[in-house]
Amino acid sequence: GTLFSPREGTMADEAPFQFLHNEVLQYIYKSAENGETDNGRNIAKLENMGFRVGQGLMERLTKDTARFKDELDIMKFVCKDFWTCVFKKQIDNLRTNHQGIYVLQDNKFRLLSQLSAGKQYLEQAPKYLAFTCGLVRGALSNLGVKSIVTAEVSVMPACVSDHKMIRKIFS
Amino acid sequence: MAVCIAVIAKENYPLYIRSLPTQNELKFHYTVHTSLDVVEEKISAVGKSVGDQRELYLGLLYPTEDYKVYGYVTNSKVKFVIVVDSSNTSLRDNEIRSMFRKLHNSFTDVMCNPFHNPGDTIQSKTFDGIVSGMMVPPG
Repeated sequence: GTLFSPREGTMADEAPFQFLHNEVLQYIYKSAENGETDNGRNIAKLENMGFRVGQGLMERLTKDTARFKDELDIMKFVCKDFWTCVFKKQIDNLRTNHQGIYVLQDNKFRLLSQLSAGKQYLEQAPKYLAFTCGLVRGALSNLGVKSIVTAEVSVMPACVSDHKMIRKIFS
Repeated sequence: MAVCIAVIAKENYPLYIRSLPTQNELKFHYTVHTSLDVVEEKISAVGKSVGDQRELYLGLLYPTEDYKVYGYVTNSKVKFVIVVDSSNTSLRDNEIRSMFRKLHNSFTDVMCNPFHNPGDTIQSKTFDGIVSGMMVPPG
């Protein structure tokens, strides 16, 4: 555990990333042409952005770690070190069917913590998850793991976010 | 001091090769290429034994008549290969290790450069500088 309370020292670290993320979101949606419906293109832009960041970040984070034993080892790294680096906390729950599907659960997803509770905002949630999905996909891709990353939000007030990961094996 | 330094992508194509400007540069490319098999062998041995096998540094891959070839694989499956002259007996293991560390650090910086596309060849002047510092001086 840490010596100082969770609040201390974390505000300065997390806030800039959250603000930047929200600004990126606003920018992408504003710069879409007027009248053009969001047919997933903006989500894709965010996802791709996250992908590139994930690649670089994973390169840096694994620079000094030992070689990974297997896929589960990699997933645990994503849940602990990687998630902590980006969101200053670990994934709360990791489940797998040992056949290539992993579910990562974050009960207090930082990027959603600023959104109010309430059903009307639930449908906006995917926008806030796209970058992070890309982040994970990029991180895994850098380690040689091809994946599809999807996310869902079930309950806003508790900011529960389920990340389902489906890995297709390309041999 | 190396005579040839190469960075190979996880898909086994070269991202960067620098060798001494001799007439027979192709020979170095060939040496690096054959060393990839040895690298594969060494990596697949991981998991079967514990301890040192989890290191990124692979050590001496194989010696030829004139050269010694060393290898290193990152967690992102990128391989670094350093070829040194066999006659260079003064080069110690930890010197080679630190050369690989420098390469790895510089490579990480390249990866984090937003203008670099992962999978493209390495075009960084900084990286060039690091490599130059490790190569046998020309002439």
